[in-house]
Amino acid sequence: MTGQTLAPPQHDPSAAPGEPGRDGPRRRARSLLEPAILTTALLDALRKLDPRRMVRNPVMFVVEVGALLTTLVWAVQALGGEIAGAGDDPAWYTLTVAVWLWLTAIFGNFAEAIAEGRGRAQAATLRAMRRETLATLRDGGAKPAGELLLGDVVVVAAGETIPGDGTVIAGIASVDESAITGESAPVIREAGGDRSAVTGGTQVLSDEIVVEITQRPGESFLDRMIALVEGASRRKTPNEIALGILLAGLTLIFLVVVVTLRPFAGYAGTATSIATLVSLLVALIPTTIGALLSAIGIAGMDRLVRRNVLALSGRAVEASGDVDVLLLDKTGTITLGNRQAAEFVPMPGVSERELAEAAQLASLADETPEGRSIVVLAKERLGIRGRELAGLDARFVPFTAQTRMSGVDLGGVSVRKGAGDAIERWIEAAGGTAPPALTTAIERIARDGGTPLAVARDDRALGVIHLKDVVKDGMRQRFDHLRAMGIRTVMVTGDNPLTAAKIAREAGVDDFLAEATPEAKLALIREHQAGGRMVAMTGDGTNDAPALAQADVGVAMNSGTHAAREAGNMVDLDSDPTKLIEIVEVGKQLLITRGALTTFSIANDVAKYFAILPAIFAASYAASGDETATGPLDALDVMDLGSPRSAIVSAIVFNALVIPLLVPLALRGVRFRPLGATALLRRNLLVYGLGGLIAPFVGIKLVDLVVHNLLGA
Amino acid sequence: MTTAQGWLQVGLFCALLTALTPLLGAYMHKVFRGDAILASSAGRVERGFYRILRVDPGEEQDWKAYARSVLVVSLGSWLLLYLILRTQGIHPFNPAGFSSGPADLSFNTASSFVSNTNWQFYAGETTLSNFSQMAGLAVQNFVSAAVGIAVAIAVIRGFSNRSLSTLGCFWVDFTRALLYVLLPIAFALALLFVSQGVVQSLAPARAFTSLEGAEQAIALGPVASQEAIKLLGTNGGGFFNVNSAMPFENPSGLVNVVQMLAILAIPAGLTATFGRMVGNRRQGWMIYGAMFAFFAAAVAIVYAAEAHGSPAQHLAGIAGGNLEGKETRFGMPGTSLFAVVTTVASCGAVNAAMESLTGIGGAIPMANMMTGEVIFGGVGSGLYSMLMFVILAVFVAGLMVGRTPELLGKKIGAREVKLTMIGTLAAPLLALVATAAAIASGHGLRSIHNGGPQGFSETLYAYVSQANNNGSAFAGYTGFVQPNAPGNAGAFGLTFADLLGGGAMLAGRFLPLVAVLAIAGALAGRTAHPDGPGTLRTDTATFGALTIGTILLVALLTFVPALLLGPVVQGLTDRMFR
Repeated sequence: MTGQTLAPPQHDPSAAPGEPGRDGPRRRARSLLEPAILTTALLDALRKLDPRRMVRNPVMFVVEVGALLTTLVWAVQALGGEIAGAGDDPAWYTLTVAVWLWLTAIFGNFAEAIAEGRGRAQAATLRAMRRETLATLRDGGAKPAGELLLGDVVVVAAGETIPGDGTVIAGIASVDESAITGESAPVIREAGGDRSAVTGGTQVLSDEIVVEITQRPGESFLDRMIALVEGASRRKTPNEIALGILLAGLTLIFLVVVVTLRPFAGYAGTATSIATLVSLLVALIPTTIGALLSAIGIAGMDRLVRRNVLALSGRAVEASGDVDVLLLDKTGTITLGNRQAAEFVPMPGVSERELAEAAQLASLADETPEGRSIVVLAKERLGIRGRELAGLDARFVPFTAQTRMSGVDLGGVSVRKGAGDAIERWIEAAGGTAPPALTTAIERIARDGGTPLAVARDDRALGVIHLKDVVKDGMRQRFDHLRAMGIRTVMVTGDNPLTAAKIAREAGVDDFLAEATPEAKLALIREHQAGGRMVAMTGDGTNDAPALAQADVGVAMNSGTHAAREAGNMVDLDSDPTKLIEIVEVGKQLLITRGALTTFSIANDVAKYFAILPAIFAASYAASGDETATGPLDALDVMDLGSPRSAIVSAIVFNALVIPLLVPLALRGVRFRPLGATALLRRNLLVYGLGGLIAPFVGIKLVDLVVHNLLGA
Repeated sequence: MTTAQGWLQVGLFCALLTALTPLLGAYMHKVFRGDAILASSAGRVERGFYRILRVDPGEEQDWKAYARSVLVVSLGSWLLLYLILRTQGIHPFNPAGFSSGPADLSFNTASSFVSNTNWQFYAGETTLSNFSQMAGLAVQNFVSAAVGIAVAIAVIRGFSNRSLSTLGCFWVDFTRALLYVLLPIAFALALLFVSQGVVQSLAPARAFTSLEGAEQAIALGPVASQEAIKLLGTNGGGFFNVNSAMPFENPSGLVNVVQMLAILAIPAGLTATFGRMVGNRRQGWMIYGAMFAFFAAAVAIVYAAEAHGSPAQHLAGIAGGNLEGKETRFGMPGTSLFAVVTTVASCGAVNAAMESLTGIGGAIPMANMMTGEVIFGGVGSGLYSMLMFVILAVFVAGLMVGRTPELLGKKIGAREVKLTMIGTLAAPLLALVATAAAIASGHGLRSIHNGGPQGFSETLYAYVSQANNNGSAFAGYTGFVQPNAPGNAGAFGLTFADLLGGGAMLAGRFLPLVAVLAIAGALAGRTAHPDGPGTLRTDTATFGALTIGTILLVALLTFVPALLLGPVVQGLTDRMFR
């Protein structure tokens, strides 16, 4: 991908992305422990204790209610009152439980606040560039950028900031978009074509453009971006809602388990206090995932923004994890934007050098990439040096759609290169005949997927230049990578099926759509969707808009037209069509992290039972008459914890501490490995399922050693 | 001590069951695709049924219509059975002249047989007339089983990749389940049982003088016909109070094995039917495998625990395992196997006194029921309940492979998760709440026979069994008091236990049933996403292990505190409680 130098000048320079997974020109990654974010997050965590907010997360709401209840019991105890729910608990025990329950709730809020804080820090950078500029209207007059309406037409000159999102309707200019893309090289924006969209807040460096505003006030790209990274417009995604229901259901069942435990224990003659039962409840309900769920979602969006992708909804990010089919434009994505000369095929009786010299001569004034590649090939293969045409009496004949050839007239000699049939006609007009070998060579090249370019000098056919599409470096690996992730790639091209098949084979895509029209693209997407597949597509042109809108994940290039940007549900600021790989990875990571922490959270319960239940029932059914005797269930204290109270405190301390310990994982996301689904499942089950089973045994024991031995509980 | 012969018996049974599964599965697949039979001359009876019911067999029902039909049939059955029980005194075939049942007991019994639970607070031979047994209970044994099978088939249709958004026609599925599955197999079984010595008679009780010289009357009745469907339909309600421990119900070791196979045949076979209907037989085997793993582990534990004996027995110097409450003609393995078979399937027939099992040996049957009756489970209900656990497993695991979860290519969304939570949590919640209500109130304590942890176990077992529609009992728990008087004069029900249990059975049956139909309705007609390398395959051993883990965790986490206070205490102590 990188290191290619043949990009045409009008090609968006920001389209030179980093490798996936490696940091290219990325937004500055913030350290997790940046003090400013931490301080704000701590304050936020306390503010989020507002029950009206907490109730939206049933798991954590139960924690808060439990904390409140325990605190009340302690308050009564501390004031010397009698309360039935306290049992024979000492006040210090009730207080310790209460404190750790509050901490559990605060840690959960803290995780969310950190994720939001990181987004807010990004938003602040973005907001700083939303300077209030005065826009010059085309009809004369000026108004503040913030008051521009949909359809207003403004003129932006060199050095000025573009006042709002819009489409260039006249002129061409180089624009510095580093503010939103982080890429310092300027890009070209011009009227008509696929590079007409401009973004408010970016700066015109040269020339002057006329821009029609395409946004409503306050709804600019920048506004949306700020809202997104701040999490202000965050809505729960479908999968998050479903997972939330699962967690709420588990919370409900554990609530019933704990509430019914009191009469059960009562029958066995064992007293249970509120502090102990609430501890058991909080230890059992899935607090780990409940506390981290929203942080995972926010962090996922944040990771995308760091990769310079703007998802317009969380739903789209989630959907990207499910993508089965990826449609990629051939030109500029799979192949370099332009074909390159690869071979000279001389006619019988013509030497390769003669052909190459004529071809080079005809191409010297040809500034198209194809033309330049002919000059390069002639030099590389046969050492033919470039000549200076200016001194000679040369007349350059440019390419037109009518003649379909170009060339040079030099000292009475005319050299032409162009489409086969055009050259044949030219030769015949000059009184010559094209040899049959010419047709044969042209057909062979076309069959191989190349573009034949015939060369003639006056009435004589010299040969054919073989122009080839050059597949970008590393594409095959990328497609292999996608395949390993379970995604089929389909190359979309306007080429004929023969050419398309050749390039498809060379690039290693799974399938191709040749002679593609916008209708054909749309039909292909619909066909895949009807088969139950999720389709992703990248595009930049206005004619891509319908397909982008139809695709489940439509990634519009920032360099593209306004229509394309509106139609897609993500915008790639780097305009890198293969960015989809990273987008898909972020989507998958998001889901894996949720699943892994849910599994971990539930698996943890086993150890917590082993800590708390023997503690509660240590004396149940003990041989009568002996006050200090332990009952049969004390045998289940496999961790050999210090004392019943120390065991319970250790369990909830572990339960609380695990939340901040897992915050980095929640924010970073569990790594996605393209191993195939079953292998990945086995791996994650082992790490988070079995790990979740074992870790708390170790953790609770360690906490107990501190709580019991050092603190004497 | 466990013996090689005992293990061989267990192994042989497992092999027979595994061999039977694909055969019966394929047969049922054919039955419910069934248009060939309908068109043929063998379909005359079936066509007659539809004419009487005024049903067009080609008509499709959406989930709501399907559920409505299920509820209509069940409500009708309930009313009919309740009426029969309450008016028993005026019916024929009542040689012992039993009076009509009290309202509370009849409520419990009607709810019990309509919900395929067959919990029995009454003793058959001292409470019910032959008419009540035949026209009341045996009919419901067929009906409730056919309802379960029909719902399972409808649910499978929802999961499978049909283009229709409907689930089939309940009346057709119900009729076919009766005509082609339950009736013929039950008929053959009944004949086999009669040939082996099971009683089939309408004669009054046989009076005789026992060896000790006591006058005794042994009840007879139409046992074999009811016995067959009792097992085949995983109903479990015995003709006699001691159920399959009675020689007239279960005379020999051979019959014992046939009975156990009859219990598991349809629930196991349906896994294969499932595989065929969704077009992936491995998928069916995955489910069978997960069920079988649970089953095998349960048998091993119970057999080992019973052969080992309890700490209290060891203290008393009794060696050679726990034979208390067991029939010597079945022995330790035959009893252990039966205890597990009947509780993994929601059958509830027993061939020993469950209450007399060791602490651990008794904990396992309870744990089997606590899984929500998904280890084979009831006919139909076992499979559809299992599918809800598969959805839970797929939901969490699906996330871990980085895709939004899907099962058989169909996305599992918020609605499905919500319904699954209702469907899987209803029974455990009911069991816990009912047990707590019973253990915490004087009304509930009246039903307990023993004290200490055993009394707790009795209560827990009773409500776990009823909420999960199993029907087996730790014998001590009672809801009906019978003085030994002719015609049952002076007998009365314990209203609290009767109503609480009856309510738990109805809710435990119909909440999950409607929930799973709603899930199937949501999935039906949804385009199935084709498998790719990135999609989670649900027909692998890895996924099977995950399903097992999910079921185990849900059951364990819900019931461990309760299990500790009952059977586990007894398993860990040699102390005797009152």
